[in-house]
Amino acid sequence: MHILVCGGTGCRASSSDAIVEKFKSELAANNLENDVQVIMTGCFGFCEKGPIVKVLPDNTFYTQVKPEDAAEIVKEHVIKGRKVNRLLYLDPAKKEHVSDSKHMGFYRKQIRIALRNCGFINPENIDEYIARDGYQAIGKVLTEFDPQQTIDIIKKSGLRGRGGGGFPTGLKWEIASKNKADQKYVVCNADEGDPGAFMDRSVLEGDPHSVLEAMSICGYCIGASKGLIYIRAEYPLAIKRLKVAIAQAREYGLLGNDIMGTGFSFDVELRYGAGAFVCGEETALIHSMEGLRGEPTNKPPFPAESGYMGKPTNVNNVETFANVCPIILKGADWYSSIGTEKSKGTKVFALAGKINNVGLIEVPMGITLREVIFEIGGGIKNGKKFKAVQTGGPSGGCLTEKHLDIPIDFDNLIAAGSMMGSGGMIVMDEDDCMVSVAKFYLDFTVEESCGKCAPCRIGNKRLYELLDKITKGEGTMDDLDRLRNLSKVIKDTALCGLGQTSPNPVLSTLDNFYDEYLAHVQDKKCPAGKCKALMKYVIDPEACVGCTACARNCPVNAISGERKKPHSINTAICIKCGACIEKCKFDAISIK
Amino acid sequence: MSHVKVELKPEQVTKIKEICKSFNNNPGELINVLHQTQGAFGYLPAEVQEVVAAELGIPVAKVYGVVTFYSFFTMLPKGKHPISVCTGTACYVRGAEKVLDEFKRILEVKVGESTPDGKFSLNCLRCVGACGLAPVVLVGDKVYGRVSPDGVKDILNEYAD
Repeated sequence: MHILVCGGTGCRASSSDAIVEKFKSELAANNLENDVQVIMTGCFGFCEKGPIVKVLPDNTFYTQVKPEDAAEIVKEHVIKGRKVNRLLYLDPAKKEHVSDSKHMGFYRKQIRIALRNCGFINPENIDEYIARDGYQAIGKVLTEFDPQQTIDIIKKSGLRGRGGGGFPTGLKWEIASKNKADQKYVVCNADEGDPGAFMDRSVLEGDPHSVLEAMSICGYCIGASKGLIYIRAEYPLAIKRLKVAIAQAREYGLLGNDIMGTGFSFDVELRYGAGAFVCGEETALIHSMEGLRGEPTNKPPFPAESGYMGKPTNVNNVETFANVCPIILKGADWYSSIGTEKSKGTKVFALAGKINNVGLIEVPMGITLREVIFEIGGGIKNGKKFKAVQTGGPSGGCLTEKHLDIPIDFDNLIAAGSMMGSGGMIVMDEDDCMVSVAKFYLDFTVEESCGKCAPCRIGNKRLYELLDKITKGEGTMDDLDRLRNLSKVIKDTALCGLGQTSPNPVLSTLDNFYDEYLAHVQDKKCPAGKCKALMKYVIDPEACVGCTACARNCPVNAISGERKKPHSINTAICIKCGACIEKCKFDAISIK
Repeated sequence: MSHVKVELKPEQVTKIKEICKSFNNNPGELINVLHQTQGAFGYLPAEVQEVVAAELGIPVAKVYGVVTFYSFFTMLPKGKHPISVCTGTACYVRGAEKVLDEFKRILEVKVGESTPDGKFSLNCLRCVGACGLAPVVLVGDKVYGRVSPDGVKDILNEYAD
């Protein structure tokens, strides 16, 4: 019997370490420590209901487990074989407890390839990875295929880069393999900077060996003996697990010299980022690894010709690598049978925002946004109305109701005015102001622009100022034209991917939510009630009973009135914090 | 940039030199050197950067350029309990701004500043990847999930000693 406890960042923040300890001590108290193994795994994905505990072999899925629940699970489930119903997932539609995750709406439509081992194995134990076909793919490649044959398999599978651009991975490897040099490098881009995206982190925390193995395969294909993982310093747990994995792989002779006695040598080192979004761009990333400011350079030369230390370098994203080994083992045809015509396989998305089931999901390409948001995601929080979904982070756009039924793939998302990006998917409801959302992303871009090229450094700042003006109710119709024109200029003239995509949140909200911009500019109103400058708090004298709750809780004493008589708000003093609305039991205060 | 001159003690200079040496004084390792140095000192004042530059044989301007480029590096000391409010998108749409405002109001500091007694410093960060718990606040290494403006006071009270 096994007890698996989720050890992803989200669940650990909710004390999953303590849960593991508690299980161990409870089992020891019952003399079961030799019969039942407690394992801390990588992320199960269902972060909304974390911490997750899974009991094998009967696949019982417990949600929101607290350390003090361990005793009951041991006593009831482990010893008496009775499931603890109150900790099972409650299906919101059927109002029934579901014990096997296969039957939960959140998991039913998922296909797990990149996340195949996350939540199944102990990421700090190489034997568990090997037991699930780990390091078989590299063995197969080294003994059965030459580099070109391997590249052909990847090409045929249709795998495209998962970092955002969607460049065909096999082709990228082929270009790097054809450049001659005494030293080449394989780089894994783990600088996951999109706010709201945590796919790569979960793969590295839950299944670090899958990335190491795939990097070795890439090294074999392009003729590189060195691999580098560029990882965010903000991911201490992923760094720790990678270090453990690298040490174990070296000990087993799966990294280092003469791997499996085939004469092929490959080793991996870590390089740390230091908090710069632009370093996700491959040329900037390479400069950062060289100890320089992470500023991008013009392409060509592409890294495949001249990259790290001037040598041919192949850069792939974590999730891209995580797909490689299953393709080698199960074949290109198997992989290309999943997905759409031009986008094969699956994609991992980090589903977050105003959605019931926040978490990490892996779905086949071609699934619709509606299926993702309403079936897997369980719909919008608190019964509110769906308004938009933002994909692609600061480089992407906001999609609306009318896009819900398009099949998700690289090309369809671009055609709809957004992009796949690395896989962040933030859901917004009727309470979100789309002008403010655009401003939020521009604020991010302004802060993260490296400053090297003028369109990005200056242009985005001007875009931000225009949006700020509009959210303050000072915008004009000319400003809307200016927004659109400037956005197009930045897209056409910025140096790197960051600048070229930074106006996307502005353009997509202008296209899809133009009426909201108009409301801000012409009527000086924020329909979502988010823009403070455009709001006015008023007390309805009919509904107010004079209980004084609002006046007592107003931090700036803007509310006055006698007891048991209607109160009023002095709008000159009011800071629009909303404290009064929260305290009013009679719904007498509203935003106009 | 702070104008308070920092006097480095001889053993501190030795410590920096040791860190540089552990990376073979290789300028290509500048970022790793700075990570470790900040780990040892808590921040990277100009005087520390001068030692690093001399050891690696590169201009101070280059070190300064790197320190100021990356948000992870700081030239100002952090508070005893550094507070970071996540302002990633998921936290933003779930109300991180109001939580941040509440910290600013209670602590009477702006983002990037420390309280006069050096106890708390307030910063924003972009996504720790615990979006399921949004909005998220970090105090030191401890993660607080689903923080509401009302909960800010309770968090600060935990550190009232």
